[in-house]
Amino acid sequence: MADEALFLLLHNEMVAGLYRAAEQGEGENGRCTTKLESMGFRVGQGLIERFTKDTARFKDELDIMKFICKDFWTTVFRKQIDNLRTNHQGIYVLQDNKFRLLTQMSAGKQYLEHAPKYLAFTCGLIRGGLSNLGIKSIVTAEVSSMPACK
Amino acid sequence: SRELFVLTYGALVAQLCKDYEKDEDVNTFLDRMGYGIGVRLIDDFLARSAVKKCRSYSETADMIAQVAFKMYLGVTPSVSCSNTAGNEFSLILDKNPLVDFVEELPAERASLCYCNLLCGVIRGALEMVHLAAEVTFLQDRLKGDAVTEIGITFLRKAEDRKHKRN
Repeated sequence: MADEALFLLLHNEMVAGLYRAAEQGEGENGRCTTKLESMGFRVGQGLIERFTKDTARFKDELDIMKFICKDFWTTVFRKQIDNLRTNHQGIYVLQDNKFRLLTQMSAGKQYLEHAPKYLAFTCGLIRGGLSNLGIKSIVTAEVSSMPACK
Repeated sequence: SRELFVLTYGALVAQLCKDYEKDEDVNTFLDRMGYGIGVRLIDDFLARSAVKKCRSYSETADMIAQVAFKMYLGVTPSVSCSNTAGNEFSLILDKNPLVDFVEELPAERASLCYCNLLCGVIRGALEMVHLAAEVTFLQDRLKGDAVTEIGITFLRKAEDRKHKRN
């Protein structure tokens, strides 16, 4: 859909622009990732507020995670999370085998070292969403082979 | 999911305002980003819309307003030609979806062009179809004007274009 293309392009430009600016000025790569993540955080907070205006209260943490995997992910990336695993002690692994923001980049191991930059925003998005639902969390991402990521 | 785009854009502008103190720097950054998006967006646009080649500047301006804006932002600005040479147009937007969640500009940011990204996008896209243009905001609702107006000035006269095609 047209909206998706626009968001994808904006996101890629954001990553490129921030890193370009960092190279010209001071600041190392770490700061760029933090900036991207905090932007994602703000957006995630706003989005989750709008999505959950009319839904029922969540019963527990697992329910919230399922909501993130199904409804939230579908609205943002137009597909659901492929796999959710948990150790029932507070750690959840969400696996997406065709992550929308990475599909255009490569279909294997090429450009693997650049992948984390593109995941920072989404990590922030999830952390922001969870924080507005009352859960403090740390979100990290791992890519072993594009376009799948955890 | 237009909300996602609008919210992301808002977070981006907020971050840029933190990073850069001067409004002109933020405006320039947004314009450059918009340019990068525009040169790629044009491919997506042409693929989705399959429109035929535009034969004049006014057709191009109409295409931008009626097809492209509608496709990506869901609004249709009105087009008017502002000079007799036929190369200056303005697009007037009553509703600008990018500012859906913005109430007003903060006082210390009075010259911030919040939607400067749009100017860059139009400029980049036009350049990729070999039309050089200058695109700026003539009026901005966020700054107190009645409407938001984007001015597009095509930088080569229509006669030159005909020569190039031969």
